[in-house]
Amino acid sequence: MSEHVSPSLYDQLGGAAAVDAAVDIFYRKVLSDDRVSHFFDDVDMDRQAAKQKAFLTMAFGGPHNYTGADMRRGHAHLVARGLNDGHFDTIVELLGSTLAELNVPQPLIAQVAAIAESTRADVLNR
Amino acid sequence: MPSITFDGRDCEVLPGETVLDCLLRSGIAVPHSCKAGACQSCLMKAGSAAGLADAQAGLKDTLRAQGYFLACSLRPLEDLAVALPGGEVRTAARITGLEALNETVLRVRLRTEEPFAYFAGQYLSLVREDGLARSYSLASLPNEGDLELHVRRIPGGAMSEWLHREAPEGNTVWLQGPAGNCFYVPGKPEEPLLLVGTGTGLAPLYGIVRDALAQGHTGPIWLFHGALTPSGLYLTQELQQLAERYPNLRYVRAALRDGGADGVENGELDACIRARLPKLAGFKAYVCGDPALVNSLRKKLFLAGVASKAIYADAFLPSALPVASACT
Repeated sequence: MSEHVSPSLYDQLGGAAAVDAAVDIFYRKVLSDDRVSHFFDDVDMDRQAAKQKAFLTMAFGGPHNYTGADMRRGHAHLVARGLNDGHFDTIVELLGSTLAELNVPQPLIAQVAAIAESTRADVLNR
Repeated sequence: MPSITFDGRDCEVLPGETVLDCLLRSGIAVPHSCKAGACQSCLMKAGSAAGLADAQAGLKDTLRAQGYFLACSLRPLEDLAVALPGGEVRTAARITGLEALNETVLRVRLRTEEPFAYFAGQYLSLVREDGLARSYSLASLPNEGDLELHVRRIPGGAMSEWLHREAPEGNTVWLQGPAGNCFYVPGKPEEPLLLVGTGTGLAPLYGIVRDALAQGHTGPIWLFHGALTPSGLYLTQELQQLAERYPNLRYVRAALRDGGADGVENGELDACIRARLPKLAGFKAYVCGDPALVNSLRKKLFLAGVASKAIYADAFLPSALPVASACT
């Protein structure tokens, strides 16, 4: 009997190519959304696009080296500027609508949202 | 066992090891973060190597063309020499010409004894004999012989005052580089191009636009040059003539104040762009000039539809040459 190994979430979503397809759509949504865009006013776009890419790779269940401590350090200055649960919810919402736009099935979107959700306490430095 | 040469040191690669892991193990500090080919922190440069293409996934085509790769994604099978971005050597050059392009911008021509390879639109560091160094973009084409820089006179600026006031024609200087991401890459002749520059941000664009045309680019090319007042514009006649010769080139110039006459638009550069090109999906964009304006413009162009990977501005990675963050 052959053992059935189900493909990982990352592979089901389409791997690095899926991240590439999603990153501009997602980042455009973030920059255009008045609820969160002000957090990105003074950032360098190239670096930010690279960070968005790393974040999406992680949320898609792909390879990453993030630790909770990295997440805390990386967002501490934003928490100081008022980053809260509402902003976090907005990002998760925009991530979901990005994937919906790319015709990703709802159950997979839910899995991505769950991975993003797992970073909430670290991102908000609680 | 293959070995990696870095800054004169040889590091032997263990089986299956990446360039990044090998260098880190050898005590060489290479910036890095995700180690998964995503964050691009570990950008390095190699002459050529087997499998380099696999370690270039996600990089801009201008970086690929120069042999940049991600150190975390390359497992070398043969010897190779690598460098961090900007780790280039110096070339001697003589100042062969100084010519005013307008009240504040000087055209500086340089001739090197050794060949100096570059892509039109890249920048270099100009180093005076006493060590004073400043970065400038190249406005010339590689086949033109002399190198051309556009140097704006900055009150109190050591290098620009020296060039403008003392007119040191015949002096020897040193060139370091080239570096930078703003240049034309052939292969998509029909792709629409958008070139936006303010002030001496025109310098790299003057090289890029002529390079693209010389390489047979057939798609539309839009060149927008902005300045505070019309007197800040320059090379207008040359560019108008170029646009007459090449129907696919559109040249628009704008001033924030006192425009509205003699073919100079009045107003913000991004409004001028939006009026003509409301949708920018599919464009490749080059943005050069004042760093704050470059940052705001590239965001606007991105939101208007240009893909993030198709915007070239040289607001480069931290280990690049210590220059202003945009190609001015």
